[in-house]
Amino acid sequence: MRVLLPVEPLDQTAKQTTAAADGAPAVEVLSAEKVFANGARGLAPIDLSIADGEFLTLIGPSGCGKSTLLKLIANLIEPSDGRLLWWRGDFAQVGQEGRRLAFVFQEPTLMPWARVEANVRLPLEFGNMPRATAEPKVADAIARVGLSKFNRHFPRQLSGGMKMRVSIARALVTNPNLLLMDEPFGALDEFTRNKLDDDLVNLSWERKLTTVFVTHSIYEAVFLSTRIIVMAANPGRIFRVMTIDQPQPRDQGFRDSPKFAAYCRELSTWLAEASLQSVGGGGS
Amino acid sequence: MKPLFESEAFVRIAAPVAVGIVLFAVWEIGFRLASVPVYLFPKPTDIFASLLHNGPSLLRALLVTLRVTLQAFVAAVILGTLIAFMFVQSRAIEVSLFPYAVLLQVTPVVAIAPLIIILVKNTQLSLTICATLVALFPIISNTTLGLRSVDPGLANFFRMNRASRFKTLVKLRIPGALPYFFGGLRISSGLALIGAVVAEFVAGTGGRSSGLAYEILDAGFTLDIPRMFAALFLITLTGVLLFAAMVALSQWALSDWHDSETKAEA
Repeated sequence: MRVLLPVEPLDQTAKQTTAAADGAPAVEVLSAEKVFANGARGLAPIDLSIADGEFLTLIGPSGCGKSTLLKLIANLIEPSDGRLLWWRGDFAQVGQEGRRLAFVFQEPTLMPWARVEANVRLPLEFGNMPRATAEPKVADAIARVGLSKFNRHFPRQLSGGMKMRVSIARALVTNPNLLLMDEPFGALDEFTRNKLDDDLVNLSWERKLTTVFVTHSIYEAVFLSTRIIVMAANPGRIFRVMTIDQPQPRDQGFRDSPKFAAYCRELSTWLAEASLQSVGGGGS
Repeated sequence: MKPLFESEAFVRIAAPVAVGIVLFAVWEIGFRLASVPVYLFPKPTDIFASLLHNGPSLLRALLVTLRVTLQAFVAAVILGTLIAFMFVQSRAIEVSLFPYAVLLQVTPVVAIAPLIIILVKNTQLSLTICATLVALFPIISNTTLGLRSVDPGLANFFRMNRASRFKTLVKLRIPGALPYFFGGLRISSGLALIGAVVAEFVAGTGGRSSGLAYEILDAGFTLDIPRMFAALFLITLTGVLLFAAMVALSQWALSDWHDSETKAEA
């Protein structure tokens, strides 16, 4: 039991290195709740700390407030009560180097009149980055999602999966630290979805992205996440939390493993329970 | 490779042309057999002969009408677009001014043309003003609608990235409004021609600066019905060419991306 002594300094150095890599949580949700204009309680007060580099998935029956929570984290809506911190500060300092946020919507939301490269360049143009500086970043982001051959194409010439890749490239081009995704692959077939999940898990690992991901798919949640938040409705709340103990990056091997199946089974049970807990009781 | 007569482009041109030829043939033969007098209703050959015979004067009249039409069209496009931009800048401006745009639209140009012709000394200018008033509304309403019809997802994306008002206008609103704007152009180009002709009817100006409408009036006075038809034919032809030009313009501008102009692909 005296092992504690040598462990102590080791732990210290570990802390120091993580502190150097900005070990503070990326996002803290502090008793934030959301009551909608019509009086409906979208979210009961929620406490959640999202660690730097974590892949966090929000899953739950419809109406459980997972999208609302994601929008709170994106500062697209404000909490009715409580507050949120981004890198231990308020939202005003988000956007600075090392504190960038990007959002990927359910739909690709590309500009139909602009070529792939122009679509990806858009976020850089908001910051008035000169073309010459932007060009290599754009090319790199497009290459990362494997669409280099298509950079002169218009969105309508691409398949649904490719459009979603463009949308992801557009999110990556600003070199974000926090990536928020709202059911990005929900409209795609399972094969395409798996392929994009494979790429996403690699990308977020390589770039040390903190990712918050909303999905309806149990398999997707288990495959991607380091932590899964199972939510329940009426009112929206955190029901249970599952940690996926599998090193990143992951590949098809993980999907085929009994461990993966076990996680899926458990998550499925939890979701069923969450659904049962979500019926009635809410509203007034 | 499909044979020519099966190709889409060929059918598109050949079918209406065939219908036209049949109509003209029936008209010509029927009127010949019934020996309808030319001062009542001319045959196609009479009209063609008149077109050749009165060529120079008709051509001069055509140029006058065309000038008024194009001036009015350009003025309507510039003014209409500016007004549309003003409307989308603030809801208050649109709410307070849009009823007057409607008022302008529903007032028949024939009714206000005499007033404008009295107020404005220069006939050409007064005709242009009348035609502009007719052509203005589709540009205003279509462009305003276009500038407002922003994809909500994209608008969200722009907002999230804290895009400036100017960037949002240039990168999102204007490109998104183009299909609507070109739709407005098609309607407006035809209306500019109608406005020009109607205003000229009201003004009834003769002499060197007379347009096709005056040719029609004059032909009516002298019972030179084939000349009347020849002038009418030129007006119609001008309208068709203007419309075709607008279609080509919108095709050129939108073919890359907009559903209305893209060919179905595999």
